Amino acid sequence: MDILRIIFSINTFTAAIRLVVPIALAAVGGAFSERAGVINIGLEGMILTGAFAAAVGSFFSGSAYLGLLAALGAGFILGLIFSFFTVDLEADHVVAGVGINILALGFTTWLMQVIWGQKGASPSVNGLARIRIPILADIPLFGDLFGYHSPIVYLMFIIVIAGWYLMFKTPLGLRIRFTGEHPEAADTLGINIRFIKYFSVTLSGVLAALGGAYLSLGHLNWFSSNMSAGRGYMALAANIFGQWNPLGGFAASMLFAFTDAVQMRLQGMNLNIASEFIQMLPYVLTVIVLAGAVIRSRPPAALGNHYKSNK
Amino acid sequence: MLFNKKIKELLYSLVAIISALIIGALLIKLSGHSVLEAYYYLFYGAFGSSYNLSQTLFKTIPLIFAGLAVAVGFQSGLFNIGGEGQLYWGAFATALVAISFTNLPALILIPLALVAGAAAGALWALIPGVLKAKTGAHEVITTIMFNYIGILMTTFLLKNYFKEAGPVDQTPKIAEQAKLPEIVANTRLTWALFIAIFVIIIVYYLLNYTSFGYDLQLVGENTNAAEYSGVNADKVIINAMLLSGGIAGLTGSTMVLGVLHRFITNFSPGYGFTGIAVAVLGRNKPLGVLAAAFLFGALESGGMSMQLFAKIPADLMTIVQGLVILFVAAPSIFKIFNKKSLALRGDN
Repeated sequence: MDILRIIFSINTFTAAIRLVVPIALAAVGGAFSERAGVINIGLEGMILTGAFAAAVGSFFSGSAYLGLLAALGAGFILGLIFSFFTVDLEADHVVAGVGINILALGFTTWLMQVIWGQKGASPSVNGLARIRIPILADIPLFGDLFGYHSPIVYLMFIIVIAGWYLMFKTPLGLRIRFTGEHPEAADTLGINIRFIKYFSVTLSGVLAALGGAYLSLGHLNWFSSNMSAGRGYMALAANIFGQWNPLGGFAASMLFAFTDAVQMRLQGMNLNIASEFIQMLPYVLTVIVLAGAVIRSRPPAALGNHYKSNK
Repeated sequence: MLFNKKIKELLYSLVAIISALIIGALLIKLSGHSVLEAYYYLFYGAFGSSYNLSQTLFKTIPLIFAGLAVAVGFQSGLFNIGGEGQLYWGAFATALVAISFTNLPALILIPLALVAGAAAGALWALIPGVLKAKTGAHEVITTIMFNYIGILMTTFLLKNYFKEAGPVDQTPKIAEQAKLPEIVANTRLTWALFIAIFVIIIVYYLLNYTSFGYDLQLVGENTNAAEYSGVNADKVIINAMLLSGGIAGLTGSTMVLGVLHRFITNFSPGYGFTGIAVAVLGRNKPLGVLAAAFLFGALESGGMSMQLFAKIPADLMTIVQGLVILFVAAPSIFKIFNKKSLALRGDN
């Protein structure tokens, strides 16, 4: 029973809120990209690039907020590049995504050696100071959970809700969903398919990079090689499990993050279970969830296809 | 016509490689190094002497297996990113056989160890294959997750049941007769090269001259059309994953029998992932994979010498690999410079 009490303690939930940030942000980005019809395996590389750009920006300017800005800029550029390849050049989405991931890994590992002359990790940089929300923080339980976090955590909550609103309650969101379902019909109605796809994919780049910035400026305050560590792929799974809906994607990300938090807590205890099996938890859960979820879910109809307007 | 298409693809690949190397040169220049010196050591390190060429071939071998595994998957429309987990299981099973049956002669022990490795890799790929066929769970995500799970499981088994006493997490050495003989003395280039070429020939034959290969490619091109013509797509998907995983397993097997001579945790520098790049560049054809693996082997052994002598991080070659994949994925990138074909593009 002690184990259960530790697993479901407030600390585990608070840790889960911290761990969910990069996955949830990338999952919201993935929802936009895939709703517009573009499979985005490149989320992993976009998170990594964001983490790197944030650390570099903060290192050279001394300001974590300029680092954050650098990450957003890097995500924007990488998103544009990925749009260019998948939309204009009609590259296979999955192959191009893998290319982006390998490119991001190569670039960040190479540049960190060029800039800092070391391969494992960057020097410490100024991270984003945590914010204490005045009244919220004083409420018992609730305050412990939500009262004292990095600004990116609060930003994430806003983005998840705003993303849901944008996708399901605005004309632009309708156009995005229409583009991914039936590009021919959307085109006939005068929707600019190319713009919609560029917008959605670039947005996914910016959001994934913001998630990456949290890794190097919030979660830790340095960059380390291959820091994204598969979170982009988990975000993809969360997005599918969440039915291509930002709110659903957040809930699924939370499930992964919570499992990860439990895994970390259990590792700290001297249990009679091998640490390897505890570490496996999030991955096994992802597979189970995915195998169970996809039976009931349907991706956007034109996902992965190319479409060229005749106009 | 077909011949023309092949020539065109080959030309595209060459242009992609050269473009990637040119961007690499720009990066070298920007980081304040001499491009000439860097690429001199790159080429010298890859082809400059019989020893260097052996090193290139030595690095080519795992990439042949890993690339072929991904290519077989792609041919049937499956994206097996799980090579990494599969090759760990392959290495582990091979090592166990080669440690246990010390009384067997080489002629029996080596094939037995290889078969065990291939079987282990195939079994590890079977689960994502079944999940894909039965539930539609996307193999890209399940195989990635199975990489983590597979590596953790082999590490667990090693640490708890098969670890040699000492600080390093590794098994004892395999039987002396199970070690693959070197082709060139003191180069680590072993008979694994011949095994790799043998597997390429088998896959080439399977894909081009058997109904198994025909069905596989039919499903890869259009699952629905294949089902209408009476092909059981689920069965083909599972078989393709088995074959792909088996070949990936051999990546680990040949590393154990040829180089490591035991199972060690974290021995793979990501062969499973580089295999994706190799397959894409080789256009998922066995002979293409051979050529692409050789190129990447050259980039790696050349990259090492570039790092050693020109002091440029070898990770630059990872950038070049990523660029090659992007360029090969989007052949129309080179048409941008050709206005005539750009004007013709509207019909898609």
